[in-house]
Amino acid sequence: MISETSLEKLKILAGAAKYDVSCASSGTNRNNSNSGIGNATAWGICHSFAEDGRCISLLKIMLSNFCIYDCAYCINRKSNDIPRTSFTPEEIVHLTIEFYRRNYIEGLFLSSGVLRNPDYTMERLVAVAKLLRTEHRYNGYIHLKAIPGASQQLIAEAGMWADRLSVNIEIPTETNLKLLAPDKDFQSVLEPMKIISTSILESKEERKKHRSAPLFSPSGQSTQLIIGATNDTDHTILKLSSALYLRRDLKRVYYSGYIPVNSYDSRLPALNTPPLRREHRLYQADWLLRFYGFKANEIVNTENPNLDLDLDPKVTWALRNPHLFPVDINKADPLMLLRVPGIGTHSVQLILLARKHNRLNSSHLQKMGVVLKRAKFFITCNELRSQNLQDLKPEIVRQILLEKKPVGSDGAFQLKLFNPVMPALR
Amino acid sequence: MNIFSFDNTFEGLLTLVFESYQRKQFPDEILSGEGSQPVLFASTITIETDDKKAERVWNGIVKRSSGENAHRIYRVFLADMPDTPMLLVKYIRLIIESGKNEETNFSEPIVVEFNKLHQKVCKEAHRINGFVRFQKTIEGSYYASFAPMYDVLPLCIPHFKDRYADQPWIIYDLKRNYGFWYDLKNVSRVVFDDLKVNSQNGQLHSSLLAEDEKLFQQLWKQYYHSICIQERKNDKVHRQLLPKRFWKYLPEKSF
Ligand code: SF4
Repeated sequence: MISETSLEKLKILAGAAKYDVSCASSGTNRNNSNSGIGNATAWGICHSFAEDGRCISLLKIMLSNFCIYDCAYCINRKSNDIPRTSFTPEEIVHLTIEFYRRNYIEGLFLSSGVLRNPDYTMERLVAVAKLLRTEHRYNGYIHLKAIPGASQQLIAEAGMWADRLSVNIEIPTETNLKLLAPDKDFQSVLEPMKIISTSILESKEERKKHRSAPLFSPSGQSTQLIIGATNDTDHTILKLSSALYLRRDLKRVYYSGYIPVNSYDSRLPALNTPPLRREHRLYQADWLLRFYGFKANEIVNTENPNLDLDLDPKVTWALRNPHLFPVDINKADPLMLLRVPGIGTHSVQLILLARKHNRLNSSHLQKMGVVLKRAKFFITCNELRSQNLQDLKPEIVRQILLEKKPVGSDGAFQLKLFNPVMPALR
Repeated sequence: MNIFSFDNTFEGLLTLVFESYQRKQFPDEILSGEGSQPVLFASTITIETDDKKAERVWNGIVKRSSGENAHRIYRVFLADMPDTPMLLVKYIRLIIESGKNEETNFSEPIVVEFNKLHQKVCKEAHRINGFVRFQKTIEGSYYASFAPMYDVLPLCIPHFKDRYADQPWIIYDLKRNYGFWYDLKNVSRVVFDDLKVNSQNGQLHSSLLAEDEKLFQQLWKQYYHSICIQERKNDKVHRQLLPKRFWKYLPEKSF
């Protein structure tokens, strides 16, 4: 049971889990219908923020950091000489309940190194979720990692108790995955994703017929890609993401800038700092895919295989397509408004509502949260026009926008979008 | 100059609007509650809160805009800032006097200002939902103190009632000296005169705490520090997302 000695274990096992970026706890509405403890709200709640600026919403922890595998990018690989320990399923359950009751967390995000074999490990993860749901009548959020190679039956059971299952792809191409994680291949990762996917869709169908049919991983699945550990381009990465998003059950792809934890391994690039700027641009591009109606090849393609690190991908796209601008704020259709740099989903909603009342000018736009110093090059509204993309050449606009944003070369780039809160449009 | 005073309740404010129309006199200044200073050389119209009058104004708002808008007005009222009553009177007048529904007219400065404040209030309530920290007491109930910028506890209660249905709890606003108490059935408003709470960190006196309370606070603090990726430390973003004013009640931020 939990005692003073748990402090050390917690330190090791939370430390071991911290590189997994997924912290979302949203997507499920689980009511507290059995007068037990907890509910899951569709919009996740951040309970704290770590000093790296990340939202803490879940108890994100590994059951064990022992592992029989040797993935090059992982701190827990078997060849590393690090302190190792394990919690029992009961200890994790106890910790989760006590943290939850104190409103420290939204729920549990449990993963593990591979102990003995995948099934043995998966069984223990499932045991935690089952204990929470049955013995403790816990309705809070549970996210379980599906261990690559675990049997279909165990994954199916995991999905009955968990709100979300995830399998990390980590490396976007099979050759590079095999190079860095010799114990894994695409098959071992994609297979459980497929099983999860099928079961989710089946359960949805069943629930249309009988409302009492059991839930299966009701908030879908997610995955993670490590950025910058291999030479894969942003084009490769975003093509993979958008292919994954075509499947309705895949809710999020997380991007994690590679942190050189095993710098001794020559298969990995020598980095001084994690590629945070690139990660940030990928998140922005991912948003464009999910909420702004962009296609991957509009953002990156064979001519432009990597995102521009200095500018927002939406700006880069707009500068490549000057013939579509300027956009008339008072007339343009919503999808085109969404494509204007400096206008977000929220502003679009406000513009659509407000322009029914009045013809809008730039001071209205400013109050609605439009970033005019960016947007002004791409729009016209009900007043004298300022110099826009048609008067100035794209290259000049690019220069102006770069000067406005001194995030350039100093490396002290501040992340705004890391683990962003969901926008109002879904 | 028309000076109105009211009892700083939401019903009071709606009554004030009702009476303004009846008197055909609208406030230039509004004084609220006990703290208000009598202004020299001017007489003050004191509003007696009347639930019936308040309800008529409420229904008028619903009819001319929407139920959601009426609730939004209530939430903005909870901003509890000196100039909110005046903003609300202006906003309600706009809604009532216009021929069409003005709630989405974002080219109108009052509507914009109103919605900005609404967003701030909701954000504060959302933060409180996350940042409340319960301490387990010897008798098995859970206690949390807080001091939100706006008077948002009433907005947070339904969430806590649903989430912690099987544990008795108290959430107390130290700034406004009142709180809510859930006894496994109902939630009621409470005021304590002799609360044994350390005002520096909101912690109950240690004689009142459950035996393992300190251990779990320590575990949480340990977790908080272990989960941070040192290579990615980002103080600026950290402070934006978790402003310093919240720190004193968070065990993970204590020294
Ligand atoms: S299987 Fe998981 S825990 Fe084990 S080395 Fe690979 S990434 Fe690390």
